[in-house]
Amino acid sequence: MATSVRAKPDGSQPPAAPPSSPGPRGRRRSSSSGGRRSTLYRWDIKAIPYVFIAPFFLTFAAFGLFPLIYTGWLSLNRVELGGDPQWKGLENYTDLATSEFFWNALANTFTIGVISTVPQLLMALGLAHLLNYKLRGRGFFRIAILAPYATSIAAATLVFAQLFNTDYGMINSVLDWFGVGPVQWESSKWPAQIAISVIVTWRWTGYNALIYLAAMQAVPQDLYEAASLDGASRWRQFISVTIPSIRPTILFTVVVSTIGATQLFGEPMLYGGSVGISGGSGNQFQTLSLLMYEKGWVNNALGQASAIAWIMLLLLLLVGGVQALVSRHNRKKLGG
Amino acid sequence: MARTLDTTIEAKASRRLPEPPRPGRRFRQTAGRQHHAGPLTYVLLAVAAVVSLFPLYWNLVAASHSGERVVQAPAPLLPGPRLLDNLSFAWNQVHMGEALVNTTVVAGLVAASTVVFSTLAGFAFAKLPFRGRGMLLSLVVATMTIPPQLSVIPLYQIITDLGWFDQLQSVVLPSLVAAFGVFFMRQFLVEALPIELVEAARMDGAHSLRVIWHVVFPVARPAMAVLGMLVFVQAWNDFFWPFIALTQDGNPTLQVALAGLGAGNHTVDHAVVLTGALISTVPLLLVFAFLGKHIVGGITAGAVKS
Repeated sequence: MATSVRAKPDGSQPPAAPPSSPGPRGRRRSSSSGGRRSTLYRWDIKAIPYVFIAPFFLTFAAFGLFPLIYTGWLSLNRVELGGDPQWKGLENYTDLATSEFFWNALANTFTIGVISTVPQLLMALGLAHLLNYKLRGRGFFRIAILAPYATSIAAATLVFAQLFNTDYGMINSVLDWFGVGPVQWESSKWPAQIAISVIVTWRWTGYNALIYLAAMQAVPQDLYEAASLDGASRWRQFISVTIPSIRPTILFTVVVSTIGATQLFGEPMLYGGSVGISGGSGNQFQTLSLLMYEKGWVNNALGQASAIAWIMLLLLLLVGGVQALVSRHNRKKLGG
Repeated sequence: MARTLDTTIEAKASRRLPEPPRPGRRFRQTAGRQHHAGPLTYVLLAVAAVVSLFPLYWNLVAASHSGERVVQAPAPLLPGPRLLDNLSFAWNQVHMGEALVNTTVVAGLVAASTVVFSTLAGFAFAKLPFRGRGMLLSLVVATMTIPPQLSVIPLYQIITDLGWFDQLQSVVLPSLVAAFGVFFMRQFLVEALPIELVEAARMDGAHSLRVIWHVVFPVARPAMAVLGMLVFVQAWNDFFWPFIALTQDGNPTLQVALAGLGAGNHTVDHAVVLTGALISTVPLLLVFAFLGKHIVGGITAGAVKS
């Protein structure tokens, strides 16, 4: 033990060894206090890492892993709350494949995901670039654009539902000045999906901007100096230096946002008010999560709900696989 | 004896410890080399700030008018006279006060327990050798991608069987510790805690709990504070599982109570609904106003490294 303190594997000296070296004292104590104590000590060293990580793995086993597997098993059954499961094989999945509600919810999840994630991340990139300049009031701008992150899904959605109201909402009033509208922000499909995407985008753009900002500040300054010696404009530097340098961070935010978009639940539910669970009067913004909730808690078909949950997992595995491929491709390009 | 032991360890800690990397510090260090912003930058950032803050301001405006006024065009732009009336109605008639207490309890417990357990596990993954460490750490990271939808159905059955439906523990227990927290603390401790410090304490005869208390916790304190804030915000705003596990009339958190109001079960007075939204938002906004810099640092520190 003492030697491992003195000589680290790389051979460097530990910084400023204390004048009274603790080494001999420790050794003396353990040899004088006999076997029981050193057994305890060894047990302490060997077992304690597992004790420290146990809370996470126990919690995960009880509230994560077991439910995950059990949901998979339920998805192969017909289940009602309180009733006994009845084996159905893949019937829940084949039922979903022929259900127009399922395909509608899948398509909505995809379209709302795209029209919320893409503008959100592009605006976040732009904002991060602006915040990366030397600024007065930097702290204020950072906290101002992060403020929406402090707002809950429920609060944000209820506020925006008023702003988007077709009859008296402020957004239609403003559009009216320009001679547009009134837009049916709830009952028409695309306006409703856009409104929901606006809520998601509003809450998360600042958060992503700060992540990008941190990555941008880690980009070596000499890259920019070299680029400006070559006569590259600020815009050119942004495209050719900044973006490639922070590509791993961009990929990270794309994956995180995609995972978030796949699970969209609160925004469409609360935006729809009394018809929220069905995603609007014509299911025009029902997402997979909403459909799962409707199947499980309204129609009492927990097997079908479980099948939807597992399909969401498969979608996420797909996303993860694509991400792994893309980052491997990136690494190869950088290496070659 | 115990006292001298403690003081030697602490003295050693203060002598040997490099300044722990404080999240957000990098900003100040490199900012000097950046270009100065032009007027257009300020205009665009001002627009972004207005877009970010306006819905929050309008929430306050709407909460200070009558329900009839909120649903009249043109929508009000300046605060009205009814904020206190709406607050007292939300507090007494729709029990937002109880929801506020519930939410504080839940978010506080979840944050405290996540911070402690994450620090222990993060320390083990960062500094203690044990069999299967690499594989188990990968497993921790992998669990972050599992969507909550996959567990809610069995969880719902479990809490119903246990008689926990509509009880706060059904929301607290599944969130006692989170993979993100373990990973966050591990990343911090890998850099911030010199292994010599742990070994020196051990050779002074300190057992593991002593090492945790006198070496790991003091070193990890800045990261624990940041993690605590992030988890608190997340638990405060959590919606999906509380909405399933709690009812609006029993033991709601603020988000569940708001969902009930918004869906029109109780009231269609939009001023009251938005007063509820205000009650749920203002405490976190105050936290942000006072600790914003640290939260900004925490978000960036957590994201960049993963």
